[in-house]
Amino acid sequence: MKRNWTRILGAALVAAILMTGLTFPAFAAPAQKNLILATTTSTQDSGLLDVLIPIFEKKTGYFVKTIAVGSGQAMAMGQKGEADVMLVHSPAAEKKFIADGFGIDRLIVMHNDFIVIGDPGDPAGIKSAKTTPEAFKKIADAGALFLSRGDNSGTHAKEKGIWKAAGINPVGQKWYQETGLGMGQTLNVANEKKGYTLADRGTYLSRKKDLKLDILKEGDPILLNVYHVISVNPAKFAKVNTQGAKAFSDFMVSAEIQNIIKTFGVEKYGGALFFPDAGKPEYE
Amino acid sequence: MNLAEDRQVLLQAEDLLVRRGGVTVLDIPVLHLFQGQVLALIGPNGAGKSTLLLTLAGLLKYAQGKILFRGAPIADGGFDYRRHIAMVFQEPLLFDTTVFENVAAGLKIRGVVRSEIERTVPEYLERFGVGHLAKRSARKLSGGEAQRTSLARAFVTKPQIVFLDEPFSSLDPPTREALTDDLERILRQTHTTAVVSTHDQTEALRLGERLAVVNGGKIEQIGPAAEVMNRPVNEFVACFVGVETVLPGRVVHVSDGVFTAAVDGGEIQAVGHVRTGEEVLCCIRPEHVTLSAETPFSKSSARNVFLGTIRKITPFGLFHRVHLECGFDLVAYVTRQSLEELHLEEGKSVTASFKATAVHVIPRVSLT
Amino acid sequence: MDLILEGIRKAFYLIFTLDSEVLGITLLSLRVSGTATLMSLFIGISVGTVVALTRFPGRQLVVSIINTGMGLPPVVVGLFVTIFLWRNGPLGFLEILYTPTAIILAQAVIATPIVTGITLASIQNLPANLRLQILALGATRVQMIWLLVKEARLPLLAAVMAGFGGIISEVGASIMVGGNIKGYSRVLTTATVMETGRGNFDIAIALSVILMLLSFIVNAILTQIQQRERPR
Repeated sequence: MKRNWTRILGAALVAAILMTGLTFPAFAAPAQKNLILATTTSTQDSGLLDVLIPIFEKKTGYFVKTIAVGSGQAMAMGQKGEADVMLVHSPAAEKKFIADGFGIDRLIVMHNDFIVIGDPGDPAGIKSAKTTPEAFKKIADAGALFLSRGDNSGTHAKEKGIWKAAGINPVGQKWYQETGLGMGQTLNVANEKKGYTLADRGTYLSRKKDLKLDILKEGDPILLNVYHVISVNPAKFAKVNTQGAKAFSDFMVSAEIQNIIKTFGVEKYGGALFFPDAGKPEYE
Repeated sequence: MNLAEDRQVLLQAEDLLVRRGGVTVLDIPVLHLFQGQVLALIGPNGAGKSTLLLTLAGLLKYAQGKILFRGAPIADGGFDYRRHIAMVFQEPLLFDTTVFENVAAGLKIRGVVRSEIERTVPEYLERFGVGHLAKRSARKLSGGEAQRTSLARAFVTKPQIVFLDEPFSSLDPPTREALTDDLERILRQTHTTAVVSTHDQTEALRLGERLAVVNGGKIEQIGPAAEVMNRPVNEFVACFVGVETVLPGRVVHVSDGVFTAAVDGGEIQAVGHVRTGEEVLCCIRPEHVTLSAETPFSKSSARNVFLGTIRKITPFGLFHRVHLECGFDLVAYVTRQSLEELHLEEGKSVTASFKATAVHVIPRVSLT
Repeated sequence: MDLILEGIRKAFYLIFTLDSEVLGITLLSLRVSGTATLMSLFIGISVGTVVALTRFPGRQLVVSIINTGMGLPPVVVGLFVTIFLWRNGPLGFLEILYTPTAIILAQAVIATPIVTGITLASIQNLPANLRLQILALGATRVQMIWLLVKEARLPLLAAVMAGFGGIISEVGASIMVGGNIKGYSRVLTTATVMETGRGNFDIAIALSVILMLLSFIVNAILTQIQQRERPR
């Protein structure tokens, strides 16, 4: 009888697997037109897009495929015409992207800022540093563990800029480790290893409750983190959904959305994660 | 015995050649299978019995020649032909289901309706003595039960020819005995045409009306069982069909159809048309040799009487096989009773005798 | 340790209250991996049976390729499927990148060699004469293949389980070709990775627990069947 049971069970399981397969005849893309948004992990990990995208989809009827990667990879997708619109935070790379003719309509959307965080004990004593490059120099001098995203993201680009300003090439140093992970994961690693890292304030705030990491350096102009929306140039890639890209750009800079950005996270984290910037002049 | 030859030819092979990896493994110039007759293929392991059987069953490709079923060549793939035959292998090769469903397999393949299956299968289960096992899983059968199921599965489709490839070789002797009995009975009752391969001469004699001795991919001799057993055409056949004593000799004296042949260690008197000086093989079947405790040259009517020493006694079925040294090696069969009455034991002297007519003479053939 | 216990507590809460997001992700995983398994069964059993029953030049090479394919790293599959499905790639016209269909495709590519390999082995492991026995029972070629596959059904069940178990727990290819899009192409594994990054360890643990339960059920049944007594 035992044998029969296993038989029935096995048959049932196989049937179940096959049935679920069969009841899914078509994963036909939704009737609406697809829009591929390539963006940074920070916008997804902070939860901002989970709020904004449903509003956009409802308003416009587009189906947004949000691919959350680093800013570098997001722009690489744009460069191959594999994305329609990008929400990124890597100004130098963005400018090159536009100059090379891959993108159009670069609009400022919002900003927050980067912060240097680390173990509350601050082993390298960077709190006393006047500028951020100086703080980085102290880290290097002390040989204190620093965790880099190492993934060509906007945060990584910013971090490299700061090292350059400090006149240090950290790559290959024993105290310098690249995680190759998103912001959230890198925070986890820094937390476990009691290391320093550069983070965007939005992600840090949204994760603060799990972390034993303090803000050790903030407010420096060099730490400004600006997000732009960029449409992929339809002249280069015929398949790009240019109307969708335009609609998304317009949406992101609309008064209504700018207002949502302003209040996003205030209730949950006690402070705004992003500051709306639409229509303002570029920083610099 | 020639009655058989008058029957209708059911299956006929001509110039059959089977090659494997460029080597000819079967070479059959001609072979006839008669309606209602059982042909036993006998030969040592690797002789090509299975190859011959499978080729005749239409299951192996052959390089050359043709096979005719009821006078018509078997079409490529042999599908129609295969619906008229059945096959039983040494392994039962049952499906992982119940005994009933196994026996029903051939009928289901033929699209027989369920009601017909429900009617036919039990009859064949009973016939092969596995009726009580109908609902049992084929994986839980003993070797004998499994082979009975395999036999029932073969016969249930009422095949015109049944091919059996060493059907009982993997069974223990009592089981083999019982199954051979049943198969023999059913074959006779149903007048089924069959080809059975075996390396056991007793089995071959019980099942087969005709014997074909296969060796090295060739048929050495084919004919009615008694003819093959008593008149082997060469030394190989003689050894294989059970003539245990084969003595090479030279004819030294001929008179009135009786001749004397000098063999290594003695002289043998035999009957046959030979000339003086001719090389012959003298074959003496063990059951034709009589043993007695008396001294030689008493009142035996046998022409050949020898005094010998018992070298070895081995049990052999219902008999004991007694190996004697009497100048040459001689084997005799004695019953258990005689063994005790004559107080036969190893090392003891004994008189062996056999008639001149019991010696089968084969002109000497050099075996390559 | 508190985190894990708390996570597991939350996990069971999410599971037993049928949290709509967790439920949706679980069902999508089952559907995607189920469909991919189904596809791999069709292809794998056909190819495996044909290769097992035929002899042709280069067969050895084909068998080697299948065996190598059984260990195909999912991320490699993910990468190549992504490249093929790019808008400007060879299969771009299908427009299925970043859809569940793309995940099904990638998972089917991963599972097919596994199913093919196991089919090949299990058909070859059947007694050599069984094929002849079936033919001698009067079977057509199709009937013969069907009966052989039926005889090999236990190891083939293992193929189903191995294929399904392999792809439902696979993350690399799913995230690359599916994009982990919320409510659309987010499956158990990709969601687990993301929720871990977000620090939502409770949900991540809940998803892991569901994944482990699925794996456990699959393996438990497989073990039961394999341990079935099979007297000879």
